[in-house]
Amino acid sequence: MQESKHKWIRFCGEVLILVALFTAVQYAITAGLLNMYYQINLTSMCINIILAVSLNLINGFTGQLSLGHAGFMAVGAYSAVIMTQFLGQPFAIGIIAACVAAAIAGFIIGVPTLRLKGDYLAIATLAFGEIIRVVLMNIDYVNGPAGVVGISKLTTWPVLYWSMIITILVVVNLINSSYGRAIVSVREDEVAAELMGINTTRYKVIAFVIGAMFAGLAGALYAHFFYIIKPETFNFLKSFDILVMVVLGGLGSTTGAIIAAIFITALTAALQSFPAIRMILYALILIIVMIYRPQGLMGNKEFSRETFNRIWGGRK
Amino acid sequence: MILLEIKKLNKSFGGLSAVLDFDFYLKPKELVGLIGPNGAGKTTVFNLITGVYKPDSGSIIFNGREIAGLAPYNICARGIARTFQNIRLFNDLTVLDNVKIAAHKNVPYGFLSTIFRTPGFFSGEKQIEQDALRFLEIFKLENKKHELAKNLPYGEQRRLEIARAMATQPTLLILDEPAAGMNPQETRELMMLIEQIREEFNLTILLIEHDMSLVMGVCERIYVLDYGQIIAEGLPEEIRNNKEVIEAYLGEEVV
Repeated sequence: MQESKHKWIRFCGEVLILVALFTAVQYAITAGLLNMYYQINLTSMCINIILAVSLNLINGFTGQLSLGHAGFMAVGAYSAVIMTQFLGQPFAIGIIAACVAAAIAGFIIGVPTLRLKGDYLAIATLAFGEIIRVVLMNIDYVNGPAGVVGISKLTTWPVLYWSMIITILVVVNLINSSYGRAIVSVREDEVAAELMGINTTRYKVIAFVIGAMFAGLAGALYAHFFYIIKPETFNFLKSFDILVMVVLGGLGSTTGAIIAAIFITALTAALQSFPAIRMILYALILIIVMIYRPQGLMGNKEFSRETFNRIWGGRK
Repeated sequence: MILLEIKKLNKSFGGLSAVLDFDFYLKPKELVGLIGPNGAGKTTVFNLITGVYKPDSGSIIFNGREIAGLAPYNICARGIARTFQNIRLFNDLTVLDNVKIAAHKNVPYGFLSTIFRTPGFFSGEKQIEQDALRFLEIFKLENKKHELAKNLPYGEQRRLEIARAMATQPTLLILDEPAAGMNPQETRELMMLIEQIREEFNLTILLIEHDMSLVMGVCERIYVLDYGQIIAEGLPEEIRNNKEVIEAYLGEEVV
């Protein structure tokens, strides 16, 4: 009884922190404390967190090396834009369409490719990501390579923030459950998992579809903030950007993915005036991390309440 | 009443017949040993029963149903669990999680209650944890529940593998060299443990083992496999004195 009461207090405290963070930024935006430059970076940061956390579900927890995340982002972005700009639907419908379309794309691509392992899977997903991009380039309805311009700016802070929180919550809740353990067992030893009664194909596809769905969400948010989308935006370099965040944070650590997404976004922002050396720095950081911390910043550990309590040195 | 019946099972790899016209049966609650020289095809038989390999021909009937060619997770769902000759634990997960994963096929809550954290999720998780702890207690691993599986000593890893297999709630437990690498003391304890779980869970057990003291000590019936074929079957004493078995192990007598 006492235990559950503590849990409730903690739960309420965490909700309060989330709401406080939200309100603080919202206030800063309305009061004009955050100029456009900071707002753009804040948006990229949240979108990158969604992308990194969702890709980490596929690459980190399920252990399936996917390099096609930008492809799903493209599917989401275009689906949402078609809904809001071409068909005049509200943004909510656009977001739902983005998630559904990306999830379907994830399913269609996941079922055949997830039979492959390791490098082969990486190549297949990379190829599928490129196929999506090339197909978009050849559809005149969405202006081919020129892309769609003049997308209304519907990605406001509340939508962005709560989308990010929902993404993190869904992934964290999923992983800390029996379904999550089944997903992780696929990464640990596929044969043993299968023999312990886990339908490994099914869980690989589930993780892939959920990951793709949130990439679609990120795409929709991206499109409705940055005014323009082109197929070129979602090329394989974008997939690598996301992969870098996941590997940097530590495969199989949601908090690691979040920290790395924040770090990379901040770094990119800091280097905006020298775009030429951005990729060189990326490479350098990756090399240095791989040498000194091959398991990533967080390894497969999480920064959780328990860690916090330990550092705090308080009760238990 | 027969629990597992295998008829005319064949499997070849390229030109090599690993298992040839294999006939075999298990009665409920039996403890049967499968022995034979290295490379005789014992593990291949296990892999065929558990679905890791698909048989070329023949039938495997478990509980009155054909299971040959089913996917491993399906076969596990019908009540066959196994351990591995080379330990295959989920190394980077805790001892407790290793056992919990094996209980997943009976997960008491749905996917949506996982995402929304309904009360059903919490009570279900509690139940999974209690069940897992019970198995860890039987195998004397409860005080190592938060250790990573890879950090356990060898003997405990072997025990954890059996605990994990038991968590799938099998009716037939297949052990592939459970005593490999154990010292005589550990082997004796393992024998007692095997007897204990057999009584407690009404298990049928099939095991491969090279340690003859274990095989002769616990098995009620023994099959001897050589070059993919059964060369003898019977009670431990019969096998001990069987001429063909001695030849398979030691070679023919020189006159």
